[in-house]
Amino acid sequence: MHSVSRRRFLKISAASVIGGSLAGHALSASVGGAATRPTGEVSRIPTFCDVCFWKCGAIAHVQDGKLWKIEGNPDDPLSNGRLCPRGTGGIGAVTDPDRLRTPLLRVSERGEEKWKAVTWDEALDFIAAKMERIRREHGAESMAFFTHGIGGTFLKNLMKAYGTPNVAAPSFAQCRGPRDVGFRLTFGDDVGSPERTDIANTDCLVLIGSHLGENMHNTQVQEFAEAVGRGARIIVVDPRFSVAASKAHHYLPIRPGTDTALLLAWMNVIVSEGLHDRAYVEKHGHGFDAFAAALAPYTPEWAFPETGIDPETIRLTAREMARCKPATLVHPGRHANWYGNDAQRSRAIALLNALLGSWGRKGGFYIPSSMEVPAYPVPKYPKPARAKLDNPGNKFPFAHETITTGIREATLSGKPYPIKGWMVYATNLFNALPNEEETKRAIQQLDLLVVVDVVPSEIAAWADVVLPESIYLERYDELNPEFFRDPFIALRQPVVESPDDQKPNWWIAKRLAEKLGLQAFFPWKDIEEYLDTRLRGAGLSLAELKRKGIVRGPRQPLYFEEGAPAEFETPSRKIEFYSNQLAQAGFDPVPRYTPPEPGPAGSFRLLFGRAPMHTFGRTQTNRLLSDLMRENAVWLNAVAARRLGLKTGDYVRLRNQDGVLSDRIRVKATQRIHPECVFVVHGFGHTARGLRHTYRKGASDAGLITRYKTDPLMGGTGMNVNFVTLEPATEA
Amino acid sequence: MTEYTVFRDNPGIDPALHAWGWEIPIYLFLGGLVAGLMIIAGVRIVASRPRERQAMVCCTIGPLVGLALLSLGMLALFLDLSHKIQVWRLYLTFQPSSPMSWGSWILLLVYPALLANALVHLPETAPALARRVPLLVTISDFLLARSRIVAGIGLANIILGVSLGIYTGILLGSLGARPLWSSAVLGPLFLFSGLSTAATLLHAILIMGMRDEERPAFADFLISSLSRLTEARAPDASIKPALTIADNSFLTIELGLLGLLLLGHLSSTEAHQQAAALLTVGPWAAPFWVFVIILGILVPLFLQTLELRNLIRHTLAPSLLVLLGGLALRFILVGAGQASHWSVLVSN
Amino acid sequence: MSRYIMVIDTRRCVGCMDCVVACKTENRIPEGYTRDWITETVRGEFPSLSMEIRSERCNHCEKPPCVGCCPTGASHIHDRGGVVLVTKEKCIGCKACIASCPYDARYVHPEGHVDKCTFCLHRVERGELPACVSVCPTHCMHFGDADDPHSEVSRLLASRKGHTLMPEAGTGPRIHFLT
Ligand SMILES: Nc1nc2c(c(=O)[nH]1)N[C@H]1C(S)=C(S)[C@@H](COP(=O)(O)OP(=O)(O)OC[C@H]3O[C@@H](n4cnc5c(=O)[nH]c(N)nc54)[C@H](O)[C@@H]3O)O[C@H]1N2
Ligand SMILES: Nc1nc2c(c(=O)[nH]1)N[C@H]1C(S)=C(S)[C@@H](COP(=O)(O)OP(=O)(O)OC[C@H]3O[C@@H](n4cnc5c(=O)[nH]c(N)nc54)[C@H](O)[C@@H]3O)O[C@H]1N2
Ligand code: SF4
Ligand code: SF4
Ligand code: SF4
Ligand code: SF4
Ligand code: SF4
Ligand SMILES: [Mo]
Repeated sequence: MHSVSRRRFLKISAASVIGGSLAGHALSASVGGAATRPTGEVSRIPTFCDVCFWKCGAIAHVQDGKLWKIEGNPDDPLSNGRLCPRGTGGIGAVTDPDRLRTPLLRVSERGEEKWKAVTWDEALDFIAAKMERIRREHGAESMAFFTHGIGGTFLKNLMKAYGTPNVAAPSFAQCRGPRDVGFRLTFGDDVGSPERTDIANTDCLVLIGSHLGENMHNTQVQEFAEAVGRGARIIVVDPRFSVAASKAHHYLPIRPGTDTALLLAWMNVIVSEGLHDRAYVEKHGHGFDAFAAALAPYTPEWAFPETGIDPETIRLTAREMARCKPATLVHPGRHANWYGNDAQRSRAIALLNALLGSWGRKGGFYIPSSMEVPAYPVPKYPKPARAKLDNPGNKFPFAHETITTGIREATLSGKPYPIKGWMVYATNLFNALPNEEETKRAIQQLDLLVVVDVVPSEIAAWADVVLPESIYLERYDELNPEFFRDPFIALRQPVVESPDDQKPNWWIAKRLAEKLGLQAFFPWKDIEEYLDTRLRGAGLSLAELKRKGIVRGPRQPLYFEEGAPAEFETPSRKIEFYSNQLAQAGFDPVPRYTPPEPGPAGSFRLLFGRAPMHTFGRTQTNRLLSDLMRENAVWLNAVAARRLGLKTGDYVRLRNQDGVLSDRIRVKATQRIHPECVFVVHGFGHTARGLRHTYRKGASDAGLITRYKTDPLMGGTGMNVNFVTLEPATEA
Repeated sequence: MTEYTVFRDNPGIDPALHAWGWEIPIYLFLGGLVAGLMIIAGVRIVASRPRERQAMVCCTIGPLVGLALLSLGMLALFLDLSHKIQVWRLYLTFQPSSPMSWGSWILLLVYPALLANALVHLPETAPALARRVPLLVTISDFLLARSRIVAGIGLANIILGVSLGIYTGILLGSLGARPLWSSAVLGPLFLFSGLSTAATLLHAILIMGMRDEERPAFADFLISSLSRLTEARAPDASIKPALTIADNSFLTIELGLLGLLLLGHLSSTEAHQQAAALLTVGPWAAPFWVFVIILGILVPLFLQTLELRNLIRHTLAPSLLVLLGGLALRFILVGAGQASHWSVLVSN
Repeated sequence: MSRYIMVIDTRRCVGCMDCVVACKTENRIPEGYTRDWITETVRGEFPSLSMEIRSERCNHCEKPPCVGCCPTGASHIHDRGGVVLVTKEKCIGCKACIASCPYDARYVHPEGHVDKCTFCLHRVERGELPACVSVCPTHCMHFGDADDPHSEVSRLLASRKGHTLMPEAGTGPRIHFLT
């Protein structure tokens, strides 16, 4: 549902109107026109959600053979019996009329979306032949695999069996990579996903950007609400008055891109006033004195002109954090690649937490654990003849995962060796990677682009072969033995059958393996045998998990004080306040601040983020979820809007610094955003014609992100470095 | 500074309520018109001097036209129902708190009352028809022989007409949710608007019933009459001025009631003030001032005054304008009323 | 007697619309329609702002104008909890009730009859919470009997400050928003 104003008459200029017209009110099969309550038996089938990667346990309700609704599984510690709106509305994906139905072969130029429907055998034979040829002519490493989420497991195994190391997910270089690197450099460990943040027990929660409540990662939002309800101190730093900001005791309206200055000033206050957790720092810290010395210049007065946050507020909030320590959680964020210096900013967050002694402490970061489930025995995967090429010469010395954009660059340059085939599973590279043009040019270097998707997405539009996957509610996937506060194993199982010729990932991988002569790597008869074998190895069975959906293990000690081991896998085996490895690699051993580059005069920095009812660009065709928000709006400071003669509900187009013009988008003129920037919800402005319901609704942030700044430590792509102006738009 | 956003867009409800389209205003307009016809017919039949043309128009043609218009109105109402197959439910129950329920039962009574009124003098009005259907004469004779029944019929028409006319206003007025409608003036306003449209319609019928050579050419009604403003004219011999006189007073009262409605709102809560502002300065202001006040009331008042003073000929012009104004009034009040709301928004 | 009410803690609500989509699936609300919705009221000027987010629906008013104006008795007050309901078989679709509701809580269902929140009476009768309440990830919604002084809703109302919507409309709304 998009918002509408009740514009009663002219005087009410403060009432907002956002969103568009209802194109029509056709009854969707997903919710059914019938208000009559069917009376048939309801079967309740446990599984776990896949609308995002939080993987909440869920129970699908099927009535008269039709999917009715889905609820949280009360046994599941991620959902605690309550899904987020996307999970609740996830069932709309099953009845989405825009779904892919059969395998498709391209019959004209790439991107023209002209297809021929083919059988699975034809499609897979075509792919196998091309992959054979790539292996023969260029070597197996010349195939790359892009994947996102647990669904891709079996195709990933297939790519390993085929012999390529070039497997990447956007969740590293476009998402949590910088933060994981920043925390690794400091604590020797990742924050993980689900994050090991102990929001449930925190006394002071600091959110830097992290827009919980719009970012709907379920457990975090539940715990956030709990913290708000308990009266925990909430400090929110965001150029936008986010939902989280509206719950905060202190809202710090920071100038975009200046967070490192704030973090340094906070640490300066804490250290200079001796407010840090001395015992903790002494016991676990490495290089504290050098670190403290490096902080000296970063006073709140120094930070003020950079951040726009007055020194008193900086001091006040620093002291508040210190007062609540160690139960103060400075949230590491998740989508952390903003300005290209993000690993160091994340490291500053890690260091602030270290000062507060929150890592390994109640109300800070707990130590997660998981249940052992042995792997299904398969032959050893062949060792690729050439190393992966995303990070040539170890240019990004601290990248510990594969860099998607690195593979794209290598595909473009053909160096150090050519990439000739891409297989893309459940990641819309046009939406996920910055600079669409680069992606297009890279694709033109390919002999083969296979896209496995559920709807005809933008990346599918450019594919040679499109493979229609079953929706998560129609398939088995790999088990989920999650690292979490409570260890558990969860099963995803089909709750309804696929309506057409869609197939699950495991089936596609196994069948393609057979065609490639790699069947030895898929020795199991079918997925049920595979899962049962794995589960039996853990003393469980498929039958039990099918019934329960989830089996929980005993909780392990969560905090150092409970006996969780205080181990830090850094070179010094301590928390590295001063990082020798950074110094050795030629980087700042203690983070420093570089101001963000300003944009052209009169332009606004383009910021983007989440809306609670959508996941990236995945859910806009889901009729249930699109009912909640049909198109995005561009948030523009109300004063700036008045200056530009724009008001809420007006359509504009955004033009970026490189002249790229967006689809039309409505203005949300609001006090809720810093006058330097505008904000849009990511994932709208779809340009693939097959996505009929959402085609060109709203504007795409991805389309406007022509520039990006690459993090020198780990190759993450900072994308908040684009600027736009607004042009009135009337015609569609 | 307050920003208020509603994340919802139910069809018919958002961005502002528009559950009722053209059907209800048409129904209210026709209902009011018929109410007026009934009252005039009732009054006229009680005061009876039947052989005169004007009386025949009021007592017989009026009710017959009323029957047709009422049916049209009911059709509009029916068309508006979104669950038509259940329409019979209206007559399985009487809901005393619901003006709609009252209305549906009143409408049932209106038909026989109108018909009875028409039958009384039908043979004189339509002698040709009466010759072919002798029963009409029998009925008429029967009724005319019993003056108390005729008076009863007249009275019934007056009472039902007043009820119907007020009801069209109360129907809206009782819906507490819309400040614009929450006014006691609405009932009388719709009643007098109905009376004025009825009087003017009857007058128009009279004019059209004039002999060809006497009748002003249809198209030049406005211009020709205006261009002859300055020359004094002999009285239109065949036109009785009573209806025009009545119409002028109805229009004047209507104008007064509209003033009361607005004044009442402007001196009431902020929600009411904002509701009134919808008409006076808001999106409905232009049609309201132009079609309802100026063209619908002031201009016809002026023209009819000139007619009565025999400064211009009696033409269809004022009638058409009054009818247009009455229609516009219903459309505007239904439209603006739906947009008016209790939640008062603080403006910048 | 029982008197069902909802008490919603606006401090916790994040406006995620889970309550909206849960209602849509539970009650099979057709595409393009909703029985509940979110509103956002922002006060102040950047950066000194406050915001109240509310999950709204039919208020199951003590004095429901929608019931009074219904010509067929389709709109009625149910014995259980005083819940305001529409019997769709009796509804002729005259929309008087829609025009009479100050909260715009009703709409015409594509099948012709008028539809609105039922407080999920079908669930409540089974001892379950309304779908929107039971889905809410922030646990900000509470449902119960206001006539029972020991109920959670009664205790919350007694202990926290709150408000109802448009009390000046005189309908006696029974959804309370804690602030
Ligand atoms: N509903 C929903 N929830 C999701 C997802 C989804 O698709 N939909 N995706 C999930 C995933 S994978 C991720 S990575 C997370 C992302 O969610 P987060 O990690 O919370 O992402 P951020 O980039 O912090 O979110 C953008 C916020 O940062 C603010 N911001 C922008 N620039 C700056 C700045 O310079 N400084 C500061 N302090 N703030 C700034 C924006 O105004 C906005 O409020 O969300 C997860 N949760
Ligand atoms: N401009 C911009 N870029 C961003 C972000 C941003 O906010 N703005 N966010 C970044 C972040 S934090 C992340 S994590 C990434 C996310 O990036 P992605 O995970 O690539 O997200 P989507 O763009 O939603 O692409 C998902 C694709 O998978 C398809 N899909 C959905 N379900 C299934 C399924 O069950 N099976 C298969 N086979 N396909 C499926 C969808 O149709 C869609 O085409 O994007 C990053 N890139
Ligand atoms: S957070 Fe929401 S979308 Fe993600 S897995 Fe959980 S319920 Fe599904
Ligand atoms: S589900 Fe709960 S938190 Fe989300 S909008 Fe509804 S009431 Fe608010
Ligand atoms: S909120 Fe509206 S629909 Fe609900 S009881 Fe009150 S008046 Fe009736
Ligand atoms: S629309 Fe239906 S429920 Fe509403 S007043 Fe008319 S008959 Fe009653
Ligand atoms: S109580 Fe039931 S019907 Fe009412 S809004 Fe909540 S889920 Fe919908
Ligand atoms: Mo992400």
